[in-house]
Amino acid sequence: MSTTVRPLSVGASLERADARLKVTGEARYAYEYPVEGVAYAALVQATVACGAVESIDTSAALALPGVIAVISHENALALEPVEDAELAVLQSPRVAYRGQIVGAVIAERIEVAREAAALVEVGYAPEVHDVVLRDDHPRLRRPETVLGSPADTDEGDIEGALAGAAVTVDERYTTPAVHTNPMEPHATLALWDGDSVTIYEASQFAAGAQAIVAEAFALPPANVRVIASHVGGGFGAKGYPRPPMFVAVMAAKLCGRPVKIALTRRQMFPIAGYRTPTAQRVRLAADSQGQLLAVGHDAFVQTSRVSEFVEPVAFDARSLYRAENRATSHRVVDLDVPSPGFVRGPGHVPGSFGLESAMDELAERLGIDPIELRIRNEPDIDQESGLPYSSRSLVACLREGAERFGWPRPRRREGGWLIGSGVAAGSFPCFQMASSAIARAETSGRYTVKIDATDIGTGARTVLAQIAADELDAPYELVDIELGDSRLPYAIGAFGSMGTASWGHAVVDACRALKARLEEYEEIPEEGLEASADTTEALEAPKQYSSSAYGAHFAEVRVDAVTGEVRVSELLGMFGAGRIISPPLARSQMLGGMTWGIGAALLEESLLDARFGDYVNSDFAAYHIASCADVERLEVGWVAEDDPHVNPMGSKGIGELGHVGVAAAIANGVYAATGVRIRDLPITPDKLLPRI
Amino acid sequence: MDELTITINGMDRELVVDERTTLLDLLREELGLTGAKKGCDQGQCGACTVLLDGRRVLSCMALAIAQDGREVVTIEGLAQDGELHPLQEAFVAHDALQCGYCTPGQICSGVAMLAEAGEGWPSAVTAELTGDGPVALDEREIRERMSGNLCRCGAYVNIVAAVRAVSG
Repeated sequence: MSTTVRPLSVGASLERADARLKVTGEARYAYEYPVEGVAYAALVQATVACGAVESIDTSAALALPGVIAVISHENALALEPVEDAELAVLQSPRVAYRGQIVGAVIAERIEVAREAAALVEVGYAPEVHDVVLRDDHPRLRRPETVLGSPADTDEGDIEGALAGAAVTVDERYTTPAVHTNPMEPHATLALWDGDSVTIYEASQFAAGAQAIVAEAFALPPANVRVIASHVGGGFGAKGYPRPPMFVAVMAAKLCGRPVKIALTRRQMFPIAGYRTPTAQRVRLAADSQGQLLAVGHDAFVQTSRVSEFVEPVAFDARSLYRAENRATSHRVVDLDVPSPGFVRGPGHVPGSFGLESAMDELAERLGIDPIELRIRNEPDIDQESGLPYSSRSLVACLREGAERFGWPRPRRREGGWLIGSGVAAGSFPCFQMASSAIARAETSGRYTVKIDATDIGTGARTVLAQIAADELDAPYELVDIELGDSRLPYAIGAFGSMGTASWGHAVVDACRALKARLEEYEEIPEEGLEASADTTEALEAPKQYSSSAYGAHFAEVRVDAVTGEVRVSELLGMFGAGRIISPPLARSQMLGGMTWGIGAALLEESLLDARFGDYVNSDFAAYHIASCADVERLEVGWVAEDDPHVNPMGSKGIGELGHVGVAAAIANGVYAATGVRIRDLPITPDKLLPRI
Repeated sequence: MDELTITINGMDRELVVDERTTLLDLLREELGLTGAKKGCDQGQCGACTVLLDGRRVLSCMALAIAQDGREVVTIEGLAQDGELHPLQEAFVAHDALQCGYCTPGQICSGVAMLAEAGEGWPSAVTAELTGDGPVALDEREIRERMSGNLCRCGAYVNIVAAVRAVSG
């Protein structure tokens, strides 16, 4: 027997497609395209949190050699209103938050632009600001929806169940504001040619940016081209245009020459989005055997005066565990603060800290192992939607993770270190949105797949080529992927852990259509042969299944009994996420999410100074993301999961999953190590030490 | 504006620079060497790391005009005769990157760090401070020595593996 089977590309451990471009510095990011005659924009930002600009004196700035223009609401281009009022840049003298853009200097050199921006004198009529989220804030309101879903749910009788239960938990948990901070600050390079504009943009969603720019600048969409070839991380912050993009596009129009802008790290804090602080009340009730009778999760969050974003904190509690009585609510207050937005694992990350800490507390009160408690409350169907699960591997993640980790590990002490272990579950839903693609067969024998996907570091170039190669029955090396350009077939952005599912579906369909066409031809015609596909119709069918990816995190935590320092000496994440298209890249994604989890648990916190109304620790010296020394032993494991329903690839989104539940696992580990329950992230020595 | 003589990636350059221009902006905006990245522009993230006379420096914190007569190597200059530097190869092999924005700085930092350890420079976690031979680079040493280069994608585990593979 000498049958040779070509190994499939999907599931193979292939090198990241753009790795060589990135290790040589050849990968070009938005700000880096060489453009003749480019001018530089620098921002002038509000120094009050609420009020109006009364006067702008630009004389000193304009007198500086090399300054081309100073733009403010007094001389800005009039824009058409768009849904996100954040993008009404320089359209009025109103100030809605400290750090909001009130002006921009355009200059020949970056140094000149920055110096001149500091010379613009802005006078304000300040008003009293209101910037502090409280769970008894008098202006808390119920939002109409939370990301299109009901703000509140109420099934059964949660109060009655709580009153009659053998064991209950009713605790308050809080998470701080956290800033996304991709390493590449938001950047835009705008070039007009008559009534058309080309925009190199640090964007997770080129087509989305194209549509919004076209609307605001009253242009046909075909006149707006957005290119996002390489993007230095996004994590939600680059999903939709932020105000500086509009500054660059407007300035380039007004000045009649190309203009580029990059936010400084400090400017990222008020302008680029962040996760709202949250206060959460979690209520659980169980019978003496650990059967959950009630799950209640009430969330309190903030949004800005200019744009409503309500973090979906309590969504997890609606279906993660089985309980007859379930109630969730979201309350939001509009404050004079910067606009919050999507940050990796929206809702699920802060919500799982509350819910999964509470589950750990319940397990202890019941005297039941926390893994066993979760397994006892595994639902048969999705109680929220009433749909069966297309697949659900939470129990497998818990069981296989426990075996691999060696759970339970008894509490121990090594010198001054108190050591304990914690576990928590996580999940993230499988979204998919309409996308389209073109697949081409070239006479050279190569294939080209065109799709306006974006590769923000997630590996889209690699996995889409893998998917196409298998559909075309061709070697991976013969497939070229073109992405990151709004002139390519429309595709949804790289967010919501839905990129690979949405784009892969369109690529599969386009490749199948191409294969069908290829069968009609003896040989490929000179101009090549192509076929296109659009998943819009396929996705209109009502859902038959509920689909989410699941994970379980196991953390070994060391607490220094003298200093209160917490170290995560080991973190294992076990995940069930359908078919893993690229094992090495998927592992990298999960490691990244888990690393974020260490930051969320122990380090990250944006501190608001109520007097000024803005986040004050606005740089990497004061806002700590995990550094190399903070990350010790991380391991990623997968449970086998075959899901024939979720999408043609059988894959599930993994961008957010690795981050969901980590903070609770670490907090539960801290409790196991010290007996101290910290319900307020991050877990810092000042909170821990006095109680050890 | 002032005159500057500097060697960049092996090429001698005679330049006229603004006294305010940082080495990073000189590389990126004047010379088209965009491999070094601007992540914070205030010396806190390491994305702009380049080699200056063989040592790693934060090019956003170095004024260009102060580097007269010195030799700069950027990520674009690490490959020799079309062959990637072993650390570049190791980053590819270990998937030690995602978005790639911190990657040039990580690699430049790693190259210089390997030399520092080879010369016996201790770090904050080096136990033996009196030795005069090379410092053995275990994972803890690498993590400590690479902590000046932030990675928001969270590729540290693979970065450490890549550096370790090259440290032999």
